[in-house]
Amino acid sequence: MEICVCIKRYPSLGSAIMLTDDGMAIDTDKLGFTLSPHEECAVEAAVQLKEEHGGTVTLISMGPEGVEEQIREQFAIGADRAIWIHSDSTDVDPQAAAKAIGDAIEADGTAFDLILLGSESADNANAQTGVRLAHRLGRPVATAVKGMTIADGVATCERAVGTMREVYQVPLPAVITVKDGLNIPRYPSVPGRIKARKKPIEEVPANLDAPRIELLGLTAPIRESKGAQDLGAGEEAADALVDVMKQIGVLS
Amino acid sequence: MILVYVDHDRGEIDPLALQVVSAARGLDDDVQAVIVGPNAEKCADELGSVGVRTVHHGTHSSISDYAPLASARAVLTVMERTDPRAVLAAGTPRGSEVLAHIAAIRDLPLVTECSEITLTGPDTAEVTRARWGGNLLERSKVTGAPLLATAQAHAFAVVDEPGTAQVEAFDVPVTDADVQVGIVDRTGAAATGVGLAEAKVVISGGRGMDGPEAFAMLEELADILGGAVGCSRVVTAAGWRPHAEQVGQTGTKVAPELYLAFGISGATQHIAGCKSAKTLIAVNTDGQAPIMSHADYAVVDNLHTLLPVLIEKARAAKGA
Ligand SMILES: Cc1cc2nc3c(=O)[nH]c(=O)nc-3n(C[C@H](O)[C@H](O)[C@H](O)COP(=O)(O)OP(=O)(O)OC[C@H]3O[C@@H](n4cnc5c(N)ncnc54)[C@H](O)[C@@H]3O)c2cc1C
Ligand SMILES: Nc1ncnc2c1ncn2[C@@H]1O[C@H](COP(=O)(O)O)[C@@H](O)[C@H]1O
Repeated sequence: MEICVCIKRYPSLGSAIMLTDDGMAIDTDKLGFTLSPHEECAVEAAVQLKEEHGGTVTLISMGPEGVEEQIREQFAIGADRAIWIHSDSTDVDPQAAAKAIGDAIEADGTAFDLILLGSESADNANAQTGVRLAHRLGRPVATAVKGMTIADGVATCERAVGTMREVYQVPLPAVITVKDGLNIPRYPSVPGRIKARKKPIEEVPANLDAPRIELLGLTAPIRESKGAQDLGAGEEAADALVDVMKQIGVLS
Repeated sequence: MILVYVDHDRGEIDPLALQVVSAARGLDDDVQAVIVGPNAEKCADELGSVGVRTVHHGTHSSISDYAPLASARAVLTVMERTDPRAVLAAGTPRGSEVLAHIAAIRDLPLVTECSEITLTGPDTAEVTRARWGGNLLERSKVTGAPLLATAQAHAFAVVDEPGTAQVEAFDVPVTDADVQVGIVDRTGAAATGVGLAEAKVVISGGRGMDGPEAFAMLEELADILGGAVGCSRVVTAAGWRPHAEQVGQTGTKVAPELYLAFGISGATQHIAGCKSAKTLIAVNTDGQAPIMSHADYAVVDNLHTLLPVLIEKARAAKGA
């Protein structure tokens, strides 16, 4: 099976978000970078399918210098090769991004049986790159998938809605966008990390259309510390907790 | 005119769609709705009560259940006939994908997770939308007509506008490819205990639980309080608890009366899922943990020694 997974690099936010002085971006000066759980699950699913059916896993990531770091991490868990679409930012207008990713897939020429993406990006949740890519390539698409099995050229996909699950069937070749919870992504092994260093990354320029969504500014909603009341510790705290629970009406 | 795609499940209207109708009425008095497939006509009464006067009901012999592309074709058909200024939907998995299909087919921009929408010109709009699960707000200018947008859940209040909606039936010009991907089955997860999203009390554990065993104590406490057990991503990534229990940006968003966080540090992506709790209590050995700045009450203590005492006292208080 030839599988392609689109991964995006995000700053690791931790507990507070600092913006640049012009309020147009997150200040990433002191931050590390990571993937989204959605995309980690997509890569894990691809590697599992490769282990079962054979084939190769190709990663595609669009962004500036630095995205190699996330690419190599996913090489370490079993992806084989990558296409790095060079752009000034990872934060590309979603319409232009889907087109650039589609261009790269066409130029690469591999007949992918399955193209996996996250259901929405962690930073801007545009929730559309997968669907746009599917139309661009003329493939069927299922989105927000949390369970997937592939047999006889058909992907059976489950999606959670409330406490229910909807089941869809998608004939391959297809585009499928997935969610955290699809599987439990493995940790990279030491041999995996060593192999990752030698796996090939092909670099291509991004040919981006003018954005139709223009950022005017970002704000972090003011979050005043609630000034937590200290209830102490041990028995004293347990008594105080019971009092609070009675007071707010959840224990009677 | 503003067109709203209204999702329903076998006749049960998506309650979030009513919020979207009210958002649309903030833009224009003339709000029309598109509903698709069998049983959908049942939604018309509810849509009438929030100010929709025209409901376009699309059907086709090959549409027997929800199929994203068939719904998109239905909306596209009405768009051609009525030339709306904007097309809106709820930011649910279905609402999002139907609008994404329309955006792809018409090569239009689509803005998601909007909490404010202003039409500023014949083909321009300004929106406020959530980033990073609501931890950040973005203001953007969108160029393209009609505007395609999805609304963030609960960002718009439902405004009653009693009246009657006329239902106009139409044929959706679907091909086999349009119904190729659609619901073929539903598996109802046998409801065990209280659903996390709706629970009045959520008792969550994080890395500080040190393993799956201590979650038995959270279950016991949840049982006493009639609540549900939740957890952080560290816990699901380690396989201690199922992903259905994960609270946060890539898990479930909860809005209980009480959220109890045991051994959770309070990363933004976790807070994204629990910040709507009325009261938040944090139990953490670290009094400086970021979760403390979101908490109404703090207990700086080891959860493993506190929990048995708390369970005993809560049970006694309940019996009393
Ligand atoms: C795009 C993205 C999406 C994400 N989505 C989610 C999500 O949906 N949900 C989510 O939870 N995370 C999510 N994460 C992960 C998130 O960033 C954090 O890594 C995670 O929430 C941390 O979990 P934790 O608080 O359990 O662990 P830690 O951050 O390790 O915190 C453990 C806490 O337990 C305390 N502790 C330790 N021992 C004890 C003890 N004996 N008694 C009391 N306290 C103790 C420690 O002081 C510490 O504060 C996401 C990350 C990314 C990048
Ligand atoms: N710059 C990028 N590089 C690679 N993949 C991307 C990029 N942007 C978006 N994607 C993929 O598209 C998914 C959905 O993104 P979005 O439509 O922006 O919410 C992400 O989870 C990624 O899998």
